[in-house]
Amino acid sequence: MFPFTYHRPTDLPTVHALLGGNDEAKLLAGGQTLIATLKQRLASPSDLIDLAAIPGLAGMSREGDTLVIGAMTRHADVAASPLVREALPALAALAELIGDPAVRNRGTLGGSIANNDPSADYPAACLALDATIVTDKREIPAGDFFRDLFETALEPAEVILKVIFPLGGQGAYEKFPNPASRYAMAGAFVWRGMGKVRVAITGTGQGGVFRWSEAEAALMTDFDPSALDGLWLDGDAMISDIHGTGAYRAHLAGVMTRRAVSRILALG
Amino acid sequence: MQTITLTVNGADVTATIDVRTLLVQLLRDTLNLTGTHVGCDTSQCGACTVLLDGVGVKACAVLAVQADGLEVTTVEGIGGPEHLHVMQEAFREHHGLQCGFCTPGMIMAGLDMVRRHGPVMDETTVRTELEGNICRCTGYHNIVLAIMAGARAMAAVPAAAE
Ligand SMILES: Cc1cc2nc3c(=O)[nH]c(=O)nc-3n(C[C@H](O)[C@H](O)[C@H](O)COP(=O)(O)OP(=O)(O)OC[C@H]3O[C@@H](n4cnc5c(N)ncnc54)[C@H](O)[C@@H]3O)c2cc1C
Repeated sequence: MFPFTYHRPTDLPTVHALLGGNDEAKLLAGGQTLIATLKQRLASPSDLIDLAAIPGLAGMSREGDTLVIGAMTRHADVAASPLVREALPALAALAELIGDPAVRNRGTLGGSIANNDPSADYPAACLALDATIVTDKREIPAGDFFRDLFETALEPAEVILKVIFPLGGQGAYEKFPNPASRYAMAGAFVWRGMGKVRVAITGTGQGGVFRWSEAEAALMTDFDPSALDGLWLDGDAMISDIHGTGAYRAHLAGVMTRRAVSRILALG
Repeated sequence: MQTITLTVNGADVTATIDVRTLLVQLLRDTLNLTGTHVGCDTSQCGACTVLLDGVGVKACAVLAVQADGLEVTTVEGIGGPEHLHVMQEAFREHHGLQCGFCTPGMIMAGLDMVRRHGPVMDETTVRTELEGNICRCTGYHNIVLAIMAGARAMAAVPAAAE
C-alpha cells in the first residue's frame, strides 16, 4: 500500500471538512473492495475517511411505500432483516448471494453501488426497482447513477447516505455466480409492479449494469417466460474474458431472466 | 504511525503501528498470534478469519486501525491444547483437517455460522456457508461434519466453553 492518513470521524460535517477540496481523499466503508485495491497499489489516496463511526448511516426502515436502507448497512444485515424479507424479499435474497459470509459481514450497500463493479449484484436491484440514491448533495435516480464500468454519477466529494427502494410490486433476482469469486457471471433482476416491468442485467454488459428494454417490452405484453422466446442479448456487446465469452454471458443472462420471470409467477 | 487500543482475546492491547498494517499482520507480527493464517491475501480463502466484535471477518481485508476500540477473537482465544473449545474438539474428533493450514479459519467461520444460524445446521447450510473458506486437502467432508457437531456441542455447553 502507498501511505495514507486514516480518519474515523464521528459526524458528517467532519467528513465534509476532510473531503473538501481534497480530491485525493477516499471514503472507506466495508473495505471489501477498497482494501484489496490499496494492497494492489491500484489506488493511492492521501486520506482514508472511515464512515464506520458516523451515526445514522446504517439501518433499514419502512417509510410509506418505500424501503430505506442506509449506505453503511452490511449485506448480512440486509439478508437477515425481517423487515426487508417481508417488504422486499428479492432484495434480501440478493444480499444473501453476495460473496461469502465474511464479505457480507463487512461489505455495505453504499460501497457496492459507489464501486459499480460490472459484476456486482446491488446495482441490478437499484436499476430494476427505480431506486433513488440519496447523497449529502442530492437525490439521484438509479437510471442516472450507474454510468459505466466502475463509474457513477457521484462527484469526488459526494457521500451516499441511503437508498430508497419503492415498494408495490413483485421481484426476483437470479444469479449465475462465478464459481471462484461468487461475483455474477450474469444476474437478472426482474420487477413487475406499478404498471411497469423492469429487467436489469448485471455481470454481463461491457458498460456495467443495464436495462434489457426488449425483454421489458415483451414482458409488458405477456408476463411469461414464453414471451421471451427467441429473444437473446447480442453476445458481441457483452463482456468476454477468461471466465466466459460474450456469447456465453448473453445466453446466461437470457436464462437468468427467464428463471426470474418464472419465479415471480410462482409467487402468485 | 498511529496508536490503537483494542481487546484481543480478552486482553487490552495498545500498539503503535503504521496505518497500512492489516489486522492479520497486527495479530501475527506484532502480537505473535500466529494461529491466524495468511493464505491468499486476497480475501478469497478465509484462512485469516477472526471474530471482530463477535462477527466473522477476513483479517487480511481489515486494517488494524479499523479495529481500534473493538474486540478481536482469534483461534488462540477460544481454547488451547489444555482446554479445547468444543468447536476445536469437534475438528479433532471428526478429523476435520489434513495439513491444518485452513483449520483456524474454518473454526472461526464455524463459530460465525453458529452465531447466525444457531446450533442446529444441516449439511447444505454448512456447505453453503463455507463458500469463503477454502481447503485444498480434505474435500470438505469432515470439516462439514466437524462444524455440525461442534455447533451442536456449543448448545450443550453454552457460555462456559466460549
Ligand atoms: C471475495 C469477495 C467476493 C465478493 N463477491 C461479491 C458478489 O458476489 N457480488 C457483489 O456485488 N459484490 C461482491 N463483492 C464485493 C463486496 O460486495 C463489497 O463489499 C462491495 O463491492 C464494496 O463495499 P464496501 O462496503 O466493502 O466498500 P469499500 O471497499 O469500503 O469501498 C468501495 C468504494 O466505494 C466508495 N464508497 C464507500 N462508501 C461510500 C459512500 N457511502 N458514499 C460514496 N462512496 C462510498 C469508496 O470510496 C470506494 O471507492 C465481493 C468481495 C470479495 C472480497
